[in-house]
Amino acid sequence: MSSTNNPAPKWLFPLVLSFIIIILAAVIPRFLPPYTIISLNDIFMYIVLTVSWAVFSGPTRYISLASAAFFGIGIYVSAVLGNVLPFLAAIALGGLASFLLALLVGLSSLRLRGMYFTIFTFGLSELIRHSVLWWEVNITRTVGRLVVSVDNITVYYAMLTIVLLTLAMAYFIKNSKYGLALLAIGESEEATDHIGVNVNALKILAFAMSAVFMGAAGATMATRWTYIDPSIAFNPLFSFMPVLMAIFGGVHRIYGQIIGATALTLLADMLLTKFPYYYNLLYGIILVAVILFLPQGLAGLRERMSKWRKHVLVK
Amino acid sequence: MGGTLLLDIIIGGLILGGLYALIAVGLGLQYGVARVLNVSHGEFIMLGAFATYSLYTSFGINPLVSLVISGPIVFGLGFLIHRTLFQHLRKSSESMAAFEGTSILASFGLLFIIQNIALLSWGSDIKGYTYLAGTVDFGGAIYAQNRLLAFLFAIIIGLAFYFFLARTRFGKAIRAAAQDVDTAQLMGVNIHRMLGLCFGLGALMAALAGCLISMMFEITPLMGLPYSIIAIIAVVLGGLGNILGSLLGGLILGLVGNIVMYIHPGLSLIAYYMIFLLLILVRPTGILGK
Repeated sequence: MSSTNNPAPKWLFPLVLSFIIIILAAVIPRFLPPYTIISLNDIFMYIVLTVSWAVFSGPTRYISLASAAFFGIGIYVSAVLGNVLPFLAAIALGGLASFLLALLVGLSSLRLRGMYFTIFTFGLSELIRHSVLWWEVNITRTVGRLVVSVDNITVYYAMLTIVLLTLAMAYFIKNSKYGLALLAIGESEEATDHIGVNVNALKILAFAMSAVFMGAAGATMATRWTYIDPSIAFNPLFSFMPVLMAIFGGVHRIYGQIIGATALTLLADMLLTKFPYYYNLLYGIILVAVILFLPQGLAGLRERMSKWRKHVLVK
Repeated sequence: MGGTLLLDIIIGGLILGGLYALIAVGLGLQYGVARVLNVSHGEFIMLGAFATYSLYTSFGINPLVSLVISGPIVFGLGFLIHRTLFQHLRKSSESMAAFEGTSILASFGLLFIIQNIALLSWGSDIKGYTYLAGTVDFGGAIYAQNRLLAFLFAIIIGLAFYFFLARTRFGKAIRAAAQDVDTAQLMGVNIHRMLGLCFGLGALMAALAGCLISMMFEITPLMGLPYSIIAIIAVVLGGLGNILGSLLGGLILGLVGNIVMYIHPGLSLIAYYMIFLLLILVRPTGILGK
């Protein structure tokens, strides 16, 4: 109906929208109570984890469960070096440590496909968790550490910056030839190899890139928890939640991943305050329900709806 | 003395290995045949252990008798879960790889649900009871009676299951499906019912192992995950879809675990992971895999 002769370019609307959101997000903490800022930080954390996870695992369909390892390494870097280094340096080092770890994991798991890759990454995170725990129990003889704390507003701006960088990275990779190659790997790795894409280098690099901001986010968030130990830092939930959030929102859309991370973090917040005793149980039920009823996520639901509407309208 | 210590380690390892083998065969059915990498496998072990504990402490029912009570209930539970959850996922997934991915997530959700129901009903305290705690002198090495009994039962259950697989029609169907689900279906195997039964049988084995574990160790609602991980490692060690391999993998893991435990008690879980990661890198098809 509104087929105007000169429609606005496709990218204008998201650009304006994201610009407004960035301005709002940068100004907002002045007017908000501390509690809201804390939960915004949680949302930012899960957005970083989810979008980062989806940069590699979304197109290639290699389901990684190593997020907890990358996030936890960042946390530990910040906990160990937090009192000797400035905040920004700790964040940068957290990202770097995570990047290097991911390079190593990527290099060693190159030949693994499908489920083997998933179990390998899961086993690796658990190995790191138990090794750090063993080290603390038997060598340093103190489990857990105190982290130099940083005020919420500073953490907020740091997390906001990391979120924006993550989104920018995800967007550019997705819309570049590398993103297309990653998608091709997900469809058929052999064929992609034969076309002339350097499959191994691309896989490792994308995997390592996806780990950078997880580590940076870990280093930032560690300052907010004041106390950390291996079970907190390398909690397997940090591996599973991003996958779930991405599926919930829609793995193949960045806005879907953001919505998924935001919605489930808010939901967790609400459940935790309203039903503290049944929180974990309810979360488990939601997890199963999402996987069962929303396999394509909310973004998929929207597409299904519009397809259905078209179908009805045509008839 | 050295000889006794060696015997001690080996027999202790075999006892542990027998248990692990039982757990691994259970997961072998769920993962090798039904393709569900069931992270919540350990929760069924926990359920079996707590059922035995409650029946023994509240009603004075002998732990070995409670095998007969809790086993079928957990079997039904497993069958039902596969029927409602995993079968649906299997149908709606576009490929087997996609199904494997979503099913590990769904089973992680199950882990949460079962673990928290147990926490709400039994509390988070460590529990235990004493049953047949007397000792047996065995060639100079001393063992608790309940451990030997658990080992004996692990062997009996294992043998019974082996004959079930090797000699019955249904066992044949399971072996066929483990090799190739589609072809098995073409040969007239009712695949959905079969996979549901496999999942239920896996849960049953877990519950039986849980019952035996509760005789020997202290139990908590949080005990499940390490057993799940041991089972996953044993299954991969033995070769995916190879039930005999799972059994062997469990035995090997128990032996290694016991040896490492003698060197340093805290290191056994780390040792399992190391074996596992190396194995996946060097020989992902497992020791008995093709």
